[in-house]
Amino acid sequence: MKGFSYLRNVATLKLNIKKCIGCGRCLEVCPHQVFSLAEKKAIITNFDACMECGACAINCPSTAIFVDSGVGCATGLINEWIHEQKMFSARKKCC
Amino acid sequence: MPQIDTKLSFYDFLGTCKTRLGIGRMNYMVPSGLYAIGAPTKDDPVLVTANYKMSYDKVRSVLTARNVWLLVLETYGINVWCAAGKGTFSTQELVRRIGLSNLTKVVAHRRLILPILAAPGVAAHEVKRQTGFSISYATIRAEDIPKYFDNNMLTTAKMKEQTFTFRERTVLIPVELLLSLKPTAITVAALFIIAALLQGPRYGLMTVYAYLGAVVSGIAIAPLLLPWLPGRSFAFKGFLTGLAWSATFYLLADGREWNIFITFAAFLTIPAVSAFYTLNFTGCTPFTSRSGVKKEMRLAMPVMGISVILGVIFVLAGKLL
Ligand code: SF4
Ligand code: SF4
Repeated sequence: MKGFSYLRNVATLKLNIKKCIGCGRCLEVCPHQVFSLAEKKAIITNFDACMECGACAINCPSTAIFVDSGVGCATGLINEWIHEQKMFSARKKCC
Repeated sequence: MPQIDTKLSFYDFLGTCKTRLGIGRMNYMVPSGLYAIGAPTKDDPVLVTANYKMSYDKVRSVLTARNVWLLVLETYGINVWCAAGKGTFSTQELVRRIGLSNLTKVVAHRRLILPILAAPGVAAHEVKRQTGFSISYATIRAEDIPKYFDNNMLTTAKMKEQTFTFRERTVLIPVELLLSLKPTAITVAALFIIAALLQGPRYGLMTVYAYLGAVVSGIAIAPLLLPWLPGRSFAFKGFLTGLAWSATFYLLADGREWNIFITFAAFLTIPAVSAFYTLNFTGCTPFTSRSGVKKEMRLAMPVMGISVILGVIFVLAGKLL
């Protein structure tokens, strides 16, 4: 994304080339142009631009993509952690 | 079939302003279902959107003089992007709404046009399997829909490029400030009482100013200056604007008169508060990843915590020594 970049080497995005059928759907849905298509297979060309929205994974017809998507703000994550610790029931207050 | 107007009235505008400020945000919705824009026939395209009134208003206002079907999903008044993330703009809801609106009878084709930002919630191949409708994810912004139509329903690189302009950032800030109102009010009250008891009411007020400045620096200033602040880490960007506010406050409040402990405390705690709020802003941006925020938090939260604790120790030391 022009003018903006976030931390490098953190995204959980994984592509299983063997499963890919080259339909191009992941290129269509990704708002950050993370994928390209080469020789009828998707490849990750812009890994660090991935914001883990999950669009590619849910729309891949052959489940070739994995990404851990979910809340991405500090308050949301704190609530999630509190919830995991089962200290008290957290209220989700994101966007 | 409800027919809808593509011109926005003054009330729509007023509603948008109120929503931007977070007033009744959750209740700002239109009934879900199928709507007709212009006089669409069975061959005209079907657009899908959320029942958040701002999404719906934006979509219909750009479609003046066109004939389009608009399928509005029940997202409980939440916008496309957040609804897709939360699972209300979903495969299930889309399939259900296609059935309820009798879409297969209304149109002859089997094609749906969805906003790109709805993709995290919808599995296109599943919708196709269950209803026969194939999905095209068209554009990120509603403004580009007319261009998409005129371009033979093909998405250009520009239509799928995410942006986060100064204006796009500005409109987010009022809601963020309002959301922080309650914790801020509680902290401010507590700070005032403690500082007033320790040093007198004048210091109480000064502490309140310093804290409010730190909140504004983290929620408003850093997000506005986002692309121009150095570094990739949001916490660091917030730390920088917080540091700038500490220095400004030092000059405004006659910092040379403070004892050294208070000065240290101010320069430790103000940037920490600001950094936290900027880190929290990652929830509003269209490019930060959850893993990135997690990493930042693991690094930044302990530093922020220690800064605040040290700040408190300095204040107490300044009082006792
Ligand atoms: S959506 Fe899946 S199958 Fe299609 S190109 Fe992308 S990775 Fe390959
Ligand atoms: S998770 Fe989102 S941003 Fe990341 S590659 Fe997939 S579609 Fe693109």
